[in-house]
Amino acid sequence: MNAKFIELFKETLEIEEDIVNTETKFRELEQWDSLAFLSVIAMIDEEYDIVIEGNDFKKLVTVNDLIEEIGKRKA
Amino acid sequence: MNYNPFILNGKTILVTGASSGIGKSTAIECSKLGAKLIITGRNEQRLKETFELLVGNDHALLLADISEATGIDLLSDNLPQLNGVVHCAGVSKRLPLKFIKEESVSELHKINFIAPLMLTQKLYKKKLLLPESSLVYISSVASSYASIGSIMYMSSKGALNSFVKGLAFEVSTMKIRANAIQPGMILTELSPILSDDDKLKDSELYPLGRYGKPEEVAWAAIYLLSDASKWVTGSILTIDGGLTLR
Repeated sequence: MNAKFIELFKETLEIEEDIVNTETKFRELEQWDSLAFLSVIAMIDEEYDIVIEGNDFKKLVTVNDLIEEIGKRKA
Repeated sequence: MNYNPFILNGKTILVTGASSGIGKSTAIECSKLGAKLIITGRNEQRLKETFELLVGNDHALLLADISEATGIDLLSDNLPQLNGVVHCAGVSKRLPLKFIKEESVSELHKINFIAPLMLTQKLYKKKLLLPESSLVYISSVASSYASIGSIMYMSSKGALNSFVKGLAFEVSTMKIRANAIQPGMILTELSPILSDDDKLKDSELYPLGRYGKPEEVAWAAIYLLSDASKWVTGSILTIDGGLTLR
């Protein structure tokens, strides 16, 4: 799950360098903006059939938080 | 003094998408000005809630999904002749370009653009639109004002605006009028994708300092339905707290 998600995440933000891991605070990425935000929401919807609403998304900080949120909702 | 050119006494008005938001508010406000309402929508429970809030008697509720031809048939088979229609049924989905699928764009255009077109055609062909009736379509400033992820929604509302202009021209021979209202963000129709903080920040971009309220759109619909707008057709009325000034 982790490796696959990181790949999808990088693809979504068009990041080619090896700079993303589970501890990455995604809002601190140079590529993070409102398009990146909507793209990550759309990617998670498309890949996992989960829609994370704005008020919940705001609480997530790291890539691992995203993975855990998906896991929690899939359970 | 009883002078009120915006009165809707004696007018029978169909409101689509009346189960929530602008549609709900429009139905209620029209009833306060004397109209006989026929409200339609997909959600029976919420539609009934709107119905309970209508002022006066003789209103009707018709459950129908007008995004399907069968729903349009069902609705039109049960309608009386109309003096006005306010088309509020609509949906929004934000997807960046890369994530748009033909299926998502078709679904959204079907509800926001094709449904109002096909319903209008049906009402027209069945002669349910009385001479001098008024057709009002709820569009959005998003028809030409861009925001991230709004391509599908923008294009559906752009199509709706152009449709209204073409329609206004075609039905003018019957003295039927067709106009659109394009609001900015209205409080009830907010996308849950944005957090409350993001909404607050976004609402501060509006020169009048806030998002709109459903009744502020409903009152414009009342103007367009009433005899006060008898010489108004094909117009796209912007109600956006000044958002698109800059």
